[in-house]
Amino acid sequence: MMNAILFRCGLIGILFLGGPGQTAPTAQEILERADRNAVAGSRIAVSEMIIHGRRDSRSISAKSWVQGEDKSFTEYLAPAREKGIKMLKLGDQLWTYSPDTDRTISISGHMLRQSVMGSDLSYEDMMEDHSLVDLYHAEVAGEEIVLDRPCWILSLTSKGGDVAYASRKIWVDKERYVLLKEERYAKSGKLLKRLEVKSVVRIQNRWIQNSLVFKDALKTGQGTEFKIQTIEFDATIPDYIFSKASLRK
Amino acid sequence: MIRFLLKGILRDRSRSLFPFLIVAAGVFLTVAFFCYIKGAETDFVRYGANLSYGHVKVMTWAYQKEADQVPNDLALTGLSGLVAELRRTYPDMEWAPRITFGGLLDVPDEKGETKFQGPAAGLGVDLLTPSSREPERLELRKALVRGRLPAAHGEILLSDEMALKLKVLPGEKTTLIGTTMAGSMAMKNFTVTGTVRFGIQAMDRTALIADLADVQAALDMDDAAAQILGFFADGIYRQDPADAAVRRFNARTQDPNDDFRPVMQTLKEEAGMGYMLNAMTSMAAIIVFVYLLAMALVLWNAGLIGTLRRHGEFGLRLAIGEDKGHVYRTMIYESLMIGVLGSIVGTVLGLALSYFLQAKGIDFSGMLKNITLMMPTVLRARVTPMSYVIGFVPGILATLIGSAIAGRRIYRRQTAQLFKELET
Repeated sequence: MMNAILFRCGLIGILFLGGPGQTAPTAQEILERADRNAVAGSRIAVSEMIIHGRRDSRSISAKSWVQGEDKSFTEYLAPAREKGIKMLKLGDQLWTYSPDTDRTISISGHMLRQSVMGSDLSYEDMMEDHSLVDLYHAEVAGEEIVLDRPCWILSLTSKGGDVAYASRKIWVDKERYVLLKEERYAKSGKLLKRLEVKSVVRIQNRWIQNSLVFKDALKTGQGTEFKIQTIEFDATIPDYIFSKASLRK
Repeated sequence: MIRFLLKGILRDRSRSLFPFLIVAAGVFLTVAFFCYIKGAETDFVRYGANLSYGHVKVMTWAYQKEADQVPNDLALTGLSGLVAELRRTYPDMEWAPRITFGGLLDVPDEKGETKFQGPAAGLGVDLLTPSSREPERLELRKALVRGRLPAAHGEILLSDEMALKLKVLPGEKTTLIGTTMAGSMAMKNFTVTGTVRFGIQAMDRTALIADLADVQAALDMDDAAAQILGFFADGIYRQDPADAAVRRFNARTQDPNDDFRPVMQTLKEEAGMGYMLNAMTSMAAIIVFVYLLAMALVLWNAGLIGTLRRHGEFGLRLAIGEDKGHVYRTMIYESLMIGVLGSIVGTVLGLALSYFLQAKGIDFSGMLKNITLMMPTVLRARVTPMSYVIGFVPGILATLIGSAIAGRRIYRRQTAQLFKELET
């Protein structure tokens, strides 16, 4: 699921090069290309989440199985307290299983706004599975260099549906169409979340943001770091993985 | 002369009955309201201290700043050392670590799937140590509606209202879903052993009470607690010793830049408590003043009527040579006697009602159905030593003031006119 977080944030890029002499794409085209890069088939990944709290930092690692936009299954591997906790997302439903209680609980309603494992990410952030182009109007707000890469700055405004953030600002790599920075705003214009990519690597002919910091602007602390340790694309994932029964296994 | 005047008052009731009744009624109301406010104040402080605030409270500086959000990630750590230090430094006080927390209570069906789920306002207190006074402070035995108190780890009490809503019976298993000190999701199974009703709307809706050690385990708060409450051994809150304890504790050498340094505060420093306590004290003073004023006006008016009615009597007394000052003074003495008699009767009646309210109370929970403020729904009066004398202030002062003002007419009488007046 942690890895799914990276994907839901639109943080996987497939190498995508625009040819020389092409005219500058429109905001809509940039967003569509960034969206297309965000999700790719199936993947199995082991990732690490380092939560920098006000008091100390702690690390949580997890293995995720992801199929498209709708299905994901995560098992937490460490630390000992979190080991064995599992999460299953099927469409707009989310369940969590705790081995200590041997209970499977559906996460819904206001629980979706709670922090995932104490990180700066909420379950609602995890549940985002629609492409940005479906939810937001886009316009180019400028250009900027991020991570030594020229980027377009897109200003996204909600089309009015049920979205967690009324507006967003995203920085998209001009060549790779990889999202390198993002800010998420409330309807009032207040900054709620900030995301900064720290490094991008190329794996299996895809550009992947393998390290990023996600920060809840309303929380104190230094934010949450996400790091991908291993990732395998287009892996075969048995169907039973994405079932409630697999939570108890 | 006193005996003479007293006979006059008792035998000529038309002269004394109305002022007497006014004084008695005013004093009765003053005493009853004073006791009622004292009862409300005592209940308010007792409930506040026992349920939430203690007489003093220790927490981290960071927690104190955001206390309304119940931020357990900012809780006190190194709890056992800190409690030992407090017990050593303040041997006359009792110290009780507590954890307040929010979460969801999930009730499973036979397959282990969620059947019902509802929000819970949790409180972790020391329920299982035999010497712990926490069950007594929370009046858990009195509040118990069904089942029994927790006797082992993994057992909890639920508010009766919540148990009914979630259809949980004593003996059934539930799962608490909360947030650990580190912010992760926490899940722990508990067996409900009983249900409680406190008569406090905010608690009666969603209260979940568990042993401190269980809550520490569930929320990953090893040797940590949100707060340590301090209580004076006799259970009565006193501002000066509380202030002294706070000054001493906060003067300890600590790093002022450490957000997690322990700090202490008094009950009065709790949000809203100081204001409420001051307001209640002011209200008692205002009630006494208002009755004093109202009775003085009524008695002044009664005195004027009496003076008019006794116009002939005063004229005769002046005509036969009685000094105006003497007539005025006897009138004042009379009013003093009426004031004393009225105050005694009013105080006796007021105390009788107050003692009744002290024992029985008035249940107004029906009026607070939609109020979430943590306050007792059964208000009781409290009779204090002051209750015995508080009524004499307005009772005697009002009659004296009323008569003194009305009696001034005596000095306006012209001796030369007296016989003419008497002839007519």
